[in-house]
Amino acid sequence: MKSPFRPKKLPDPAILDNHRGRIRLLERRGLIQGGLSLGALAMLTGCDVTSDASVDKGLRLMSAWNDRVQAALFDPSHLAPTYPASMILKPPKFNAYYDITKVKPVDATDWKLELSGLISDKRPWNLERLLTLPRSEMVIKHICVEGWDYIGGWSGPTLRSFLERVGADVRAKYVAFKTADDYPSSIDMATALHPQTLLATQYAGEPLADPFGFPVRLRMSTKLGYKNPKWITAIEVTNRYPGGYWENLGEGWFAGI
Amino acid sequence: MTKAKPRRLHPLPVRVMHWINAVAMIVMIMSGWGIYDDYVIIHGLHFSSNLRLGSWAAPSLLWHFAGMWVLALNGLAYLVYGVVTGRLRERMLPIHADALVQTVRETLHFKISHDDLTVYNAVQKLLYIVVILAGVSQVATGLLVWKPVQFSSVVALLGGFQAVRIEHFIGMCVIVGFLIVHVALSLLVPQTLWAMLSGGPRLQPREESP
Repeated sequence: MKSPFRPKKLPDPAILDNHRGRIRLLERRGLIQGGLSLGALAMLTGCDVTSDASVDKGLRLMSAWNDRVQAALFDPSHLAPTYPASMILKPPKFNAYYDITKVKPVDATDWKLELSGLISDKRPWNLERLLTLPRSEMVIKHICVEGWDYIGGWSGPTLRSFLERVGADVRAKYVAFKTADDYPSSIDMATALHPQTLLATQYAGEPLADPFGFPVRLRMSTKLGYKNPKWITAIEVTNRYPGGYWENLGEGWFAGI
Repeated sequence: MTKAKPRRLHPLPVRVMHWINAVAMIVMIMSGWGIYDDYVIIHGLHFSSNLRLGSWAAPSLLWHFAGMWVLALNGLAYLVYGVVTGRLRERMLPIHADALVQTVRETLHFKISHDDLTVYNAVQKLLYIVVILAGVSQVATGLLVWKPVQFSSVVALLGGFQAVRIEHFIGMCVIVGFLIVHVALSLLVPQTLWAMLSGGPRLQPREESP
């Protein structure tokens, strides 16, 4: 049986001879580079290229490149839009790598904020002392990597004022966080110094409720939701890439919005 | 001195860019479906796992953010090439409203003639223009969904983050719709598929209008 894809009028075979060089070029460029790329290969053969180690490595390299592009796109003086307090969602949306019923509240009396790395005054902070710092307020949109969003009202000292207070080296590359729920996270220094990056202790004018990070969590207007660790217990300033919970599982690290 | 041969319908750069675009589009669509499934726009509309590129949302995002470079740079090269050589104008313009109505009427009567590959009918021209604009729009709305704070004023102009997300989704629907028609027709008239591989017939030299 004739193939239904066979052209009705066959091309003159002489064309092949006259254009051998070009056809070879076409085969090389058009087919190898374009046609037989990984996406097409996956569909043609039905094999799962996404689990291939070298493909995964390539995608992560692209992600690292995109982190650099995002850092270049980040404008340290551009403020995210803010909203009236009447639009604040109460309570905020809970989201974590586990269910809200699994939240383990932090006891404020023995809570400590440990400091390490490129910081001159590494004495730990207790809650009483943290609450003496002047607070900034912001009503901003929380955007999740999944696609949903809500408007939340946060207040607390800016991370910048805190870092300056403890004598952190703000020329360092990263600020890393440890939390009571084993959710390590890290951000770039430029975002750490942004005016809408808070060590939030309050939501809608009230102390943070247990599921939302009491006594202190990070809230940034310029990054996706998963970059905002709750129940912070330690802050480190470092030049060594610290990674993070989702980042180690394949989410992008910079995650700027 | 030898006289230059008449141009092909699809010169080599067009064919190379076409197939790179085909792969990039499929990567973007299938990885996009993986991202979409995490938080759907239309209740009840999910894409099954064998239609998605990436085993869960994070790898789908990695594919999407890698594929976007190929799509955008190849698309840019195509537009620059099309404008500089005059190809876009020659292939897609002009479109006359009466020709459009005529072609639609013929198509509805199953009179699909495509004897001369080098002439695009009015519906073809319109579809190509729409899909090129959809591609440009996808790059723009994609950038806005990626960076809604950095480009907050443009996002506000387009109705906010969720509105831009929906616009990005609609752009995908337009492109997928085009893709179905485009692939179906190229299989019905296989010479067109062959032309996009081999270059197709040689064009008559452009005649000077009297």
